[in-house]
This record gives sequence, C-alpha cells and structure tokens, in this order.
Amino acid sequence: MAGKARRATLQEGRETRPTGFPNITSPGSLDRLIHERLRLGIVSALASGGPLAFSDLKKLLSTTDGNLSVHARKLEEAGYVACTKSFEGRTPRTEYKLTPSGRRAFEKYLDHMEALVHAMRKGS
Amino acid sequence: MTKAPPALHERALDNLRFIRETMERAGSFTAVPGRGGMAMGVTALAAAAIAALQPTESRWLVVWLCEAALALALGAFASDRKARRAGHALFEGPGRRFLFGLVPPLLAGALLTAALARSGAVAVLPGLWLLLYGAAVVTGGAFAVRIVPVMGSAFMFLGAVALLGPAAWGNVLLAVGFGGLHVAFGYVIARRYGG
Repeated sequence: MAGKARRATLQEGRETRPTGFPNITSPGSLDRLIHERLRLGIVSALASGGPLAFSDLKKLLSTTDGNLSVHARKLEEAGYVACTKSFEGRTPRTEYKLTPSGRRAFEKYLDHMEALVHAMRKGS
Repeated sequence: MTKAPPALHERALDNLRFIRETMERAGSFTAVPGRGGMAMGVTALAAAAIAALQPTESRWLVVWLCEAALALALGAFASDRKARRAGHALFEGPGRRFLFGLVPPLLAGALLTAALARSGAVAVLPGLWLLLYGAAVVTGGAFAVRIVPVMGSAFMFLGAVALLGPAAWGNVLLAVGFGGLHVAFGYVIARRYGG
C-alpha cells in the first residue's frame, strides 16, 4: 500500500508544471511538486536553515537515504534546489540549497495555503 | 470563486503547521554562531597567555573572569546577529532552544566558581569550567547539527583531563579548550552552517 501511494506521488510530480497557478482555489493549479510531504519538508527546511548537507536533511526530516535522494532529485530537476557535491578528504559531501525560483515557488505555495484557509473562514 | 471544501481547508491548515514546525526545527539546527565561536576562541587564547604571566592565583582568576564576561558578550552578540539574519529575534526564534539548554549548566558553573574561589580551591576551576561549559553545549546543542554536541563532548573530555591530571596543566588545557576547540569548531560551523 505504501508502495502504491509512493508511485502515485511520483507520477503527480512528473506531470507538474513547476510555476504559475492563476486560480488559487482550483486544486489543479496547486504546485504538486512542493505539495508532496517530504518535498515540502525539504523546501521548508532549506528556506529556514540555509544550505544543508544530505545527512543533516535526512536527520532533520527523519527519512531514509533512498526516499530523500528521490525527492531531492525531483526538486533539483525542477530547478527549485541546487545540489553541490564535494569531497571532504575521502568522504563525499552533498549539500542542498534553495534556488531563487525555489524560494518563489515556496512563497507562492504558502500564499496558496493561506488563501485556502482564508476562503474557508470567509465562507463559514 | 468556489468555496473550498472542509477537507481541503483542513489539509491547508495541516500543511501550514507542518511547514512552520519544519522551519523551526531547521532554524534551531543551525542557530549556533560559528564566527562568534572563533572570536571567543581568539580572546581565550589571548587570555590564557595573559593569565599565565600573573604572579598570584587571584590575579589569574580575575583575567579568566574578564575573559568569561567578554566571551559571553561576544557569544550573545553573534547569536543575535545570526538569528536576525535568519529573520528571527534571539529569544523568539529557534535559537532560544540552544540558549535555554546552555544557561542552566553555565549558571551552575558560575555559582560553583564563586563558592570554590572563596574556599581557595582555585586549582579545580579549569576542570570545572571546561566540564560544565561542555555540558552546557551538549544540552543546548541536543537539537542542533551533530557537530555542536560533539564540540561539547570534547570540552567535557578536556574537563575530565584537567580535573584528574596535574593542576599545572590547568591553564594550558583552558587554552586548548576555550581557545583551540572554539576556533576549530567555529571555523567548521561558519563554513558549513551559514556563519
């Protein structure tokens, strides 16, 4: 069951256009790339904590190597995060950073969530 | 404009909560100031050199107490600046977790210092300072990047050496700890975790 859900979110990610949703209350306009829980976690952590190493991000979001690298790659492909790989002595070090376009997408997503909450408050 | 169904609204609230919690955790993760630590290390090295030249124990003590006050001010200033840069106030933002973990062992150290200095047991002070400062950094850094509690443990180890080893090592161990460890770990934190 978990596998099925995972596949579903991955497919959602693939179809997504990374930027722009004119109508805030239409579900189709939601930035699905950020909407997925772990990816939302990655973007939130980078927005607040600055650049973070793979291992720190893993600890912070209490997830696995595989899960984190899959979702981080999706964000990287969309241009939301930048990834730098370097060596520290012999151990490789991967560091993630939010790009300006990633920050804009995150802010847009926040606005979107706030608008949803606001619309509900006004409606009730 | 269509009304959002309750489920959507609930999920939006839940998402906002999740974002907030994650940002807070990530912030406290890197709130420890690296460059501030390096500055504290440099002043400690200078203090160790000056303290070693003092003819009496009480003058030696005064030098280190001045250094403690200076380091405290530097640390507070650097933490505040780092918090501000991340868009938080020092005591409202994520850095408060670090500070509140840091304060109780430091307070215990200050009181023990007063009591021991009064009874003339100055020789145990270097070990006590290193041990309790280390404990403070370990507890304060429990939620921070791993390097912070590791630095605290290194301080505690030096404290143990100072308490169990010959009293003559005290001043050198203070230089190694408050000077060396601060500069080395501060450099790594500044490079990797935003200043």
